[in-house]
Amino acid sequence: MKYLLSRYGATLTGGMILATFVWLAGMVILPYLVMADFSLRPNLLPADLGSDKDHYTLDNYGTLFRNEIHFVVFLRTLWGSALATLLCLCVAYPVAYFLAMIATPAQAATMLLLLVIPFWINEILRTFAWFIILAYNGPLNGVLRLSGLISGPIRWLSGSWGVIAGMVYAYTVFMVFPVYNAILSLDRNQVEAARDLGAPLWRIHWRVVIPHAKPGITVGCILVFTAAAGSYIVPSILAAPGTRWFTEIIYQWFYEGQNWQQGSAYAFLLLVLCLAFVLGMMRLFRVGLSDIAR
Amino acid sequence: MSQEVALEGVTRRFGEFVAVRNVDLTIRAGEFFSFLGPSGCGKTTILRMISGFIEPTDGVVRIGGRDMRGIGPNKRPTALIFQNLALFPLMPVWQNVAFGLEVRGVGKAERRKRAEELLAIVELSASADKQVADLSGGQKQRVAIARALAVEPQVMLLDEPLSALDLKLRQHMRAELRRIQQRTGVTFIYITHDQGEALTMSDRVGVMSQGVLQQVGTPLEIYNDPATPFVASFVGEANVFAGTVAQTNGTMAHIETSSGTFKARVGRGARSGEAAMLFVRPEHMRLGDAASGTANHVTASFSHAEFEGNFVNVFCDGGLRKPMMAQTRSDPRLLGLAHGEALPMGFDAADAVILPQGDLARE
Repeated sequence: MKYLLSRYGATLTGGMILATFVWLAGMVILPYLVMADFSLRPNLLPADLGSDKDHYTLDNYGTLFRNEIHFVVFLRTLWGSALATLLCLCVAYPVAYFLAMIATPAQAATMLLLLVIPFWINEILRTFAWFIILAYNGPLNGVLRLSGLISGPIRWLSGSWGVIAGMVYAYTVFMVFPVYNAILSLDRNQVEAARDLGAPLWRIHWRVVIPHAKPGITVGCILVFTAAAGSYIVPSILAAPGTRWFTEIIYQWFYEGQNWQQGSAYAFLLLVLCLAFVLGMMRLFRVGLSDIAR
Repeated sequence: MSQEVALEGVTRRFGEFVAVRNVDLTIRAGEFFSFLGPSGCGKTTILRMISGFIEPTDGVVRIGGRDMRGIGPNKRPTALIFQNLALFPLMPVWQNVAFGLEVRGVGKAERRKRAEELLAIVELSASADKQVADLSGGQKQRVAIARALAVEPQVMLLDEPLSALDLKLRQHMRAELRRIQQRTGVTFIYITHDQGEALTMSDRVGVMSQGVLQQVGTPLEIYNDPATPFVASFVGEANVFAGTVAQTNGTMAHIETSSGTFKARVGRGARSGEAAMLFVRPEHMRLGDAASGTANHVTASFSHAEFEGNFVNVFCDGGLRKPMMAQTRSDPRLLGLAHGEALPMGFDAADAVILPQGDLARE
């Protein structure tokens, strides 16, 4: 602060701080407050505005627990996102370990590039690619049938499996990078020491590598889970009609139901779900905010 | 409890580079053996071949007579202490020590008991529940030793584990390591570039240079009877006179150098008529009046002196590539000499050795 003052003078410093504040307040805090306000009001006809009915209520939040279908969708979102996160971790951990500890610098550079290139392509296109792959008469069924593994095509896109597959594909990178970063700082000698003391591969990972990579794993899980739970494109393309995602319901409240009050309440419930997951992960892995920020 | 380690024609190449060249050596069971050499001489490669992290390109490593080819580091009866110790920072001290037991499926109560016994051996009983980060350098050292001892290795491998400690602690840990080795009877193989460590702790020392095992012997043999110019110049200080062997008579010979003709012991492989080098330790150089009683005399002029407390290093110019060095007990008169003043130097024939010409250790 002193440094800023001495360097830029009172006017410019004041201006910069004011600009930051306005940006934060106007673009971040205020919209949330407006939404919070919306979510706590009933959806009234214009004639009823200002009448006895126009008072704060938790009714919009209660809707989720009264509407069985919505509640099932909410649970499916929670379960599906958690599963996608777990699968991402299973895919990303070996990749991250290979990149950080085994690959030569040239191999690592090539592999990182290969991981990133798909993300130069629009998410909608990537997701449609999976739609084509998983289609009833698509290449996956074709290959499986030709190799004799299945006798008839499988309907991959019924149920949530298409969504899970698309999400694992879309979000694995969010897991790879934090875990890779975390493993990168592990002293290779620790792995060798464990091996020298007789530890088999799984125990080296369980006792040495994973504990060290915990902050990275936590960050990766949080990134993937929040991205998955908040995803709209992947479920809207890959989900079967009967297996909607919670984001789709929020979208419906806002744009099809024109009920912003109800939509805001649902959006906040999704936020609470994500926050609960973040805090739960931090508790589970005994990781603090400062570990995550590293 | 301890086993011998045999290296039979062991060679290791990394691409074109030969890190270790045809090493034949048997390290006896229960011995404290040191590999001594400058960095990059191949000593760490040898250690990693014994521990199993790398395989020899040619040759065989045997531990207790058993061929170790194809046996991984987690299956060998060895324990390695790393240069940076590589303790597990996320486990408390006792779990570090008990890790090898945990791997072997020992129950928790038993592990804890064994860890405490081992910590008692290294005098760290009070620290079982501390975090590794809260220990001092010397304490971490002891935890690493206890962790390695926990798996009851037949061979303990130590990769310069004292190099990160300060001088006093290093000297203390030398005695400590020696004590633990004698108490446990385990074969210790120690890697170091510090001749002080190698000479003070070891039963035998192997001196290495550029992948070649130059000499194996007791510290006394290595110091007093070096086999090659490299060993003579790497272990301890030495004044070197290059010349030609004039005549030999059994154990003694004359060598003609630019500083005169000297009489000295014949070292391994020195033959008359061939290029050779004469080595004299600084502590064997006599100065002033004492020089007159010796067999060999050098004319030299005083350059400078270094006062070391209990002794003094005197440097004289004698027309050689670098100043000659003499080490004597502190004598105030030596410090009063003027630069360029004539100072007679001499040494006895029995204190000098003639070796065939060869590479010297780099300063």
